[in-house]
Amino acid sequence: MKANRRTSLISVTLLGTLLATSACSSSGGEAGEDVTLTIATVNNPQMQDMEELKSHFEADNPGITVDFVTMEEGDLRAAVTADVASGAGQYDIVTVGAYEVPQWGAQDWLLDLTEPLESDAEYDVDDILPPLRDALSVDGRQYAVPFYGESSILMYNKEMFAEAGIEISNNPTWQEVAEYAAELDTDEHAGICLRGKPGWGDLFAPLTTVVQTFGGNWYDENWDAQVNSPEFVEGVEFYVDLLNEHGQADPVSFSFTECLNLLSSGKVAMWYDASVAASILEDPEASEVAGQMGYTHAPVSETEESGWLWSWNLAVPRTTKNAEAATTFVKWATSKEYHQLVGEELGWTRVPPGARTSTYSIPEYEEAAAAFAPITLEVMESVDPTHPGVDPQPYVGIQYVPIPEFQDVGNQVAQEVADAIAGRTTVQDALDRGQGIAQTAGDLQK
Amino acid sequence: MTSNSETTTPPSGPAADASTARTPLGMWNSKPRQPVAGGAAAKQTARLARGLVLPGLIFTILLTQIPFVVTIIFSFLQWNQLRPDEIRFTGWDNYAVVFTGPDFLRSLLATVTITGSAVLLSLLLGLFLAVLLDRKFRGRGLARTLAITPFLVMPAAAALVWKWLMLDSNVGMVNWSLGLFGIDPVQWNTNYPWVTIVMVLVWQYTPFMMLILMAGLQSQGGDVLEAAAVDGAGPVRVFWSLTLPHLRPYAEIATLLGSIMLLQVFDPIAIMTKGTGGTKTLSYLLYERAFIGLDIGQAAAFGVVAVIVTIGFAMITLRSVFSIFVEGKVR
Repeated sequence: MKANRRTSLISVTLLGTLLATSACSSSGGEAGEDVTLTIATVNNPQMQDMEELKSHFEADNPGITVDFVTMEEGDLRAAVTADVASGAGQYDIVTVGAYEVPQWGAQDWLLDLTEPLESDAEYDVDDILPPLRDALSVDGRQYAVPFYGESSILMYNKEMFAEAGIEISNNPTWQEVAEYAAELDTDEHAGICLRGKPGWGDLFAPLTTVVQTFGGNWYDENWDAQVNSPEFVEGVEFYVDLLNEHGQADPVSFSFTECLNLLSSGKVAMWYDASVAASILEDPEASEVAGQMGYTHAPVSETEESGWLWSWNLAVPRTTKNAEAATTFVKWATSKEYHQLVGEELGWTRVPPGARTSTYSIPEYEEAAAAFAPITLEVMESVDPTHPGVDPQPYVGIQYVPIPEFQDVGNQVAQEVADAIAGRTTVQDALDRGQGIAQTAGDLQK
Repeated sequence: MTSNSETTTPPSGPAADASTARTPLGMWNSKPRQPVAGGAAAKQTARLARGLVLPGLIFTILLTQIPFVVTIIFSFLQWNQLRPDEIRFTGWDNYAVVFTGPDFLRSLLATVTITGSAVLLSLLLGLFLAVLLDRKFRGRGLARTLAITPFLVMPAAAALVWKWLMLDSNVGMVNWSLGLFGIDPVQWNTNYPWVTIVMVLVWQYTPFMMLILMAGLQSQGGDVLEAAAVDGAGPVRVFWSLTLPHLRPYAEIATLLGSIMLLQVFDPIAIMTKGTGGTKTLSYLLYERAFIGLDIGQAAAFGVVAVIVTIGFAMITLRSVFSIFVEGKVR
């Protein structure tokens, strides 16, 4: 009897709970249990904005909580790769670079987002910049959505240029930039900030574009490494010399974030890096040089154009248990409404750039981002990821080689180049060693 | 139950075991107990004792050795995480990479020099601080707490503090301080990555050394020091002839524990130097092979060789240098 009574008590309680839950969910319009989404992102300001605004998403989608795991670029890449490749499934949404999306898509590690995106007319997937959509698709299936896209541009402090009486053209050459850097290098500020932190996504992102415009490249059409070819060596020597003679102090510590800090406190005259930096430099709250900056195309040598093409994308790993909620979040964070939300809540200069064409026709954005929006769109439309250098290449991509081994190759060669920056070895010796490393990886592609 | 009482240890008082009483670390050195007389009964007890210990022993062996065995198996595989379709046995190929490439020896050298210098410097600094903080003065408690703080900071946080606050080329305090003496700013991370890492480690581990040495100083009998003073020994003589020999086992333990912890150092290297300029220690190399190269097989081979080298190295040092592990060498 006693046991029976207890059983019935439990079932009544359960029934009550069930009713209460269903009542709640029907009023909320959302079925199912509470879901916590874990998203792995890079510590760039646009991602931090997304974290700041996540409460809007959570309010619109009761029952879904979003946890952010924020890391540095290199760490994020390593953590996400290890997690996805081992099937550990820690993350429901991952921030993936343009480099990995086609590889991971082909490996079937990411959820195919083609259907959920195309079926939603309001989302308007055709509004996403076509070159980026192509870069994120394998055989017509789209595996990720660009959160923001970028090219690389030369940013310069107009006041410092005016003080020194220098006129800069819209398509400067690297030789000209080196001359400007020499003139602008004073006790108060360095001539130019360039990345020197070892890492293929750090140092080698800008350095590869320099090498390519000097006529070098990682591989020729037969996947034979070209790392110690005269053109590659010339490009790296130019970069290292410029950095050592007129660059910022302690270059090996510097990547995007460090250069951004230096620029926004007015301690350097020029910076060649991701175009997305412009929106932060123009934000008066984050930058002391807002309104003083000018922007031009990436400096060139042998080629017409030298900017890179990159996007940070949101994707859903196949290992997630919350695919539906994760897709909902991905769509929210890359929607037109999100761009409006950022503009209204945080300021129009902070809208994620280079992802949607319609962003460039929002009147408030056009006005607020007048300094850098046109050049960003112009450069992103003029770069050619199939043939960025002088010689043809066997892959699609500008500042990276989309093969699994490239992050390892790029990293090791970057460490060698860092030794050359510090003067512990010469560029030629460093790249001779790099050639061997790159050739091993190239042989695997044949 | 009577048979059990025969094997239990006699309560150890001050007079029970001379070698234990002399130094608090004497337990390392206690002699094996006398075999209990009593023939069959004793054998049975021993069997029972072994039977009772066995489950724990098996569990420990499984828990500690299975990962190692798995690592050894991995080390014979060709396994790149980005090519999950191409996992297969490759024999000794991964070991060939370890022994023919330059990475392993360079990393071994980096590990030995970084660990060695950091341990030695923090031991010396720790001794200095311990002797100072052992004196009685107003606010000693506060001073001790402050001195211990660096050890309580998480390694990653410590590395970030050093990167941005101390060594930054524009706003760093170290270069600013050097500037007060008219010294040009130093490009720490670019030109002296090795020094940078050792500096951070010494800052972090000096309090640890200090704590252990301070415990040693406090266990030193006041009567001995008094007697020495009565005999006319000055403070320097007392320090060299009494305090230092007394501190030896403490310094050895501190060195041993410090080396074990510093062998695994990773955070400042990952955050500050990224393994350039002779700072690619074995643990960073392993991380790089496994998480950047994504080459599980190669990383496992590096790991296995690193373990073997470390065990060999540790056995030689422990048996020859450390008096606490050498029978009969303790005072």
